[in-house]
Amino acid sequence: MTDEYKPPPLPSPFTNTSPAPVLLTQGAEAHLYKTVSLDPSIPAALKIRPSKPYRHPILDRRLTRQRIVQEARCLVKLVREGVSVPAVLSLDWEGQGGEDGGWGGAWLLMEWIDGPVVRVVLEQWEAWLKKNSSSLDQAQLEQEEERVRGLLRRMGHALGGLHKAGVVHGDLTTSNLMLRLPATSSDPGPTGVSMEGEVVLIDFGLASQSAQDEDRAVDLYVLERAIGSTHPRSEPLFESLLQGYRESYKGATSTLKRLADVRLRGRKRSMLG
Amino acid sequence: MIGIGMEGSANKVGIGIMLHPEDGSEPKVLANVRHTYNAPPGEGFLPKDTARHHRAWVVKLVKDALKEAKVTVDDVDCICFTQGPGMGAPLQSVAIAARMMSLLWGKKLVGVNHCVGHIEMGRLITGASNPVVLYVSGGNTQVIAYSSQRYRIFGETLDIAVGNCLDRFARTLHIPNDPFPGYNIEQLAKQGKRLVDLPYVVKGMDCSFSGILAASDGLAATYGLGGSEQAKLDAEKSALNTEESQDLDAKPTRADLCFSLQETVFSMLVEITERAMAHVGSKEVLIVGGVGCNERLQEMMGIMARDRGGSVFATDERFCIDNGIMIAQAGMLAHKMGLNTPLKDTICTQRFRTDEVWVKWRDD
Repeated sequence: MTDEYKPPPLPSPFTNTSPAPVLLTQGAEAHLYKTVSLDPSIPAALKIRPSKPYRHPILDRRLTRQRIVQEARCLVKLVREGVSVPAVLSLDWEGQGGEDGGWGGAWLLMEWIDGPVVRVVLEQWEAWLKKNSSSLDQAQLEQEEERVRGLLRRMGHALGGLHKAGVVHGDLTTSNLMLRLPATSSDPGPTGVSMEGEVVLIDFGLASQSAQDEDRAVDLYVLERAIGSTHPRSEPLFESLLQGYRESYKGATSTLKRLADVRLRGRKRSMLG
Repeated sequence: MIGIGMEGSANKVGIGIMLHPEDGSEPKVLANVRHTYNAPPGEGFLPKDTARHHRAWVVKLVKDALKEAKVTVDDVDCICFTQGPGMGAPLQSVAIAARMMSLLWGKKLVGVNHCVGHIEMGRLITGASNPVVLYVSGGNTQVIAYSSQRYRIFGETLDIAVGNCLDRFARTLHIPNDPFPGYNIEQLAKQGKRLVDLPYVVKGMDCSFSGILAASDGLAATYGLGGSEQAKLDAEKSALNTEESQDLDAKPTRADLCFSLQETVFSMLVEITERAMAHVGSKEVLIVGGVGCNERLQEMMGIMARDRGGSVFATDERFCIDNGIMIAQAGMLAHKMGLNTPLKDTICTQRFRTDEVWVKWRDD
């Protein structure tokens, strides 16, 4: 009954590129491939939003186009504003796919970011801490925490820059934050986990342009919850991220005030009693 | 073990009797009786009228169920009733009946979460072991996945339920409430062909329906399609069976609006379900709740699941629509684990979240 999963066919012209694109991840909405752009030595990230046959074709085209264009617009705007995100190389919202060359979804070609996602960095660090926590003295522990604080503060700076540019991400998790590998790597310290590199925001599939405190605060809240559930040991350090955020732009204070409201409310909360 | 399940959280009052054989074989449905309170076209059911209906019917239904199941009061081990979520007054009427029966016959009471009842019944009927559950009805819209003895809510509606959206649009168009508005919308939508632009609101794994309802109502008003006059005209037309001209510039018909509304809201539901499946890495989907009877929704979900290499499980109206046996099923699972509800804790509540229930009977 359950056949081996086959990803949908690549849209043209990626059926002819060599080397062939390599599938990296498959989300609910999009497939991410590693491919090359112009020259085989220039790597690029290819995001494909395949058509969804369960949807009415008109609705499907409308949504797919809306979303890919929105994502590209946000990225272009952020690049212009100097926020570190992958640059847009090209896109097609009317991609031709399959053998019959019909509607096959939309695709977006982006700059390749070389480096780990923050989720992996924090997971490695937490694993190291768990293994060595007994043999660490107070000074070492503080030094290590200071390093993570520094990373979180830089993440806060990046988010502040994002919000300052008038864009909200919509799906902030540590999987959507990357560290661009620096040209010369410094000593990663006793943990062997490097936290160097510029923080780069990726995956703007749910992003939108908004300058409202509400949307910005929800962005931060989503990230706070994501860190709480995936990196319990780093959660107490979240305050550093907010500190970095506070330093990064003027309107941050009112957003953080709103964040306090967002934390308290919601349908998510039990209303018993 | 034999249990009675009593359900009355909305406009259906249902009594079900289930048998869980001692040898651990497949549970059996001994009786499943139900009576529905229907408001006239163009209106919804009000809590006080619905509660009066439930009070009037509950005793007769219990008697009928016992007769149909061919069991006596002595055979019964526990009385399960819906504790919430739902409408306050109807919930209370049935809870009072359950307490009275418990005191009269000296049986243990088990309070059941309505949503968990749907999930357990769906799992029993379809045999799906650990699916992502889409629970869609007139009062609830949730995407649920099981994890360490809780049914966790991954996504849900931010305002009204999807069934509420459909029901209220049926009211606008004066589509009859009998047997239920969603069914009549589904039949009308089958004649619709043109997709009208409606808002599409998905935020992460949550969605919202109130704006879509307002937009649909607005379109119906603009084209003069609402109200009882149009409903009568439509009925006459379909009786004559005249073919409408398929002119693309012509104004949309009532059928087109129903069609567009269904296509839009169901696409949203399938999308959030797909997100949850990708998130938890599951390949099975189970659709429960009244809207889950809709064949178009089942079809769309089937296509999505197929493309992910999985499958969809759905049930028909006997088990999808609120009923007593689902309450009996979930209640008996809890009863076996020793989870009973003492009389003083048998208050019912309109807000009772799915993830508050300790699912002690599952240990995977």
